Amino acid sequence: MRAPARICVVCVLALGGCALTAEAEESVVTVNINHSRFDPGAFEFTAGTTVRFVVRNDDPIDHEFLIGDEADQDRHERGTHASHGVVPGEISVPAGTTRSTTYTFTKPGDLIIGCHLPAHYAYGMRAEVTVGS
Amino acid sequence: MRSIKVLLLSVVATMLTAGPALACGGLVAPNGSVDLVRTTTLAAYVDGVEHYVTSFEFAGAGGGKFGSIVPLPDVPTDVTKAGRWTLQRLVEEVRPPEPSAFRNALLFAEDASAKVIMTKRVSALDIVVLKGGGDEVGKWAKDNGFFLPPDAPEVLDFYAQRSPIFMAVRFNLARAEGKGLQAGDGIPVHVTIPTDRPWVPLRILGLGRGADEIVEADVFLLNETKPLLMPGMDEAGSRDGLVHERSEEASKALLTDLASDRGMDWLPTDDMWLDYIRINTRAADLDHDLAISVDGETPSPVDAGYALAATTVPRAESTPVWAWIVGVAMLVVILMGSNLLVSRL
Repeated sequence: MRAPARICVVCVLALGGCALTAEAEESVVTVNINHSRFDPGAFEFTAGTTVRFVVRNDDPIDHEFLIGDEADQDRHERGTHASHGVVPGEISVPAGTTRSTTYTFTKPGDLIIGCHLPAHYAYGMRAEVTVGS
Repeated sequence: MRSIKVLLLSVVATMLTAGPALACGGLVAPNGSVDLVRTTTLAAYVDGVEHYVTSFEFAGAGGGKFGSIVPLPDVPTDVTKAGRWTLQRLVEEVRPPEPSAFRNALLFAEDASAKVIMTKRVSALDIVVLKGGGDEVGKWAKDNGFFLPPDAPEVLDFYAQRSPIFMAVRFNLARAEGKGLQAGDGIPVHVTIPTDRPWVPLRILGLGRGADEIVEADVFLLNETKPLLMPGMDEAGSRDGLVHERSEEASKALLTDLASDRGMDWLPTDDMWLDYIRINTRAADLDHDLAISVDGETPSPVDAGYALAATTVPRAESTPVWAWIVGVAMLVVILMGSNLLVSRL
């Protein structure tokens, strides 16, 4: 197991004219998938941060990138959705492709990024997300 | 054939505990209706040519479609029908079966080829020999209806760095039905592979298994001289989940029986050394293969998978150096699920 790298998000402030708006705060984080592992394997964000995750799947097999708490992960593990992409923070990433999703971390707490294709989550395909205040 | 310099015969017989979605050897196709639950492989190295005999067991229609992938040490030149009972005879040598259970039905074999360098049909089996990196082979498998478990990308890369040759196999349901195959019937395949570095793939046996799932396998080696192995065994005859149960001169009866099977006339009927290695270890611990040296040199840590796995290389057992070798054959038997042979074991 490689030691999870920590991502410190640097927010890119988009200025609309002279005004700074909450909606303009968005950071871009690139996540690689290789050998059925997320890289980085751990993330830290601040509550209120909006992140656009650009997920690159280098594996020859399909994967998922699903953000949520333990209950969400349990639901996905039992779920039957063939693909994801509509809900923010939930995307399917076919083999050899790059997909992106935007997610806002609204409150402090611990979340998980997981893949719930058969046997993937049990194999260890998950990443920790710490949302600070 | 008798002038062959090197001959080693090994058998890996594996009983894979009932992992419902993951087949032995590794690939699973989700949308079909044929289970490939048992893989049997023979590889033979004769004067620079390695012979693999692989037997795949049919589990009947329904319940998903299983395929299997077998890493090969080099590019094969042919895939043909193998002997009918070679694998069983070797298992019988170390674990005599119930008299009535021996010689259950094994079917025939034909050819198959596939980046696809060879495609053949062997009875109800569709066989494709592929050349490529782990990603390429994985993509081919995915594009051709195989479902790969999550550890497949890493395992395919593990083997592709050493040899970019793989053999993908699965049953064709229509032909299986047409041939009247029943659950438990096996189809042996003989692959001829010119190579100067024979090895036995072991890590592939854990593909698709949970880290704590136990992989059980039997490895038989037959050489004209006692080989050097990596991992080497300690004084108690074990190492890394491998137990060296036997190391002795092969009996005349065994060799005569094996040589009389279909396509086995290349096997000498005397002066052969038999090794039997039993595998019983967690899938997570089976992160290496079995390298065999028949020229007196220390086996290659690369061939054993240690160099790629960045694992400490165990010392090979202290064995006399042999001046020359007369032949190599390897037999890999992977048994999974309910079948007569497995139940007998």
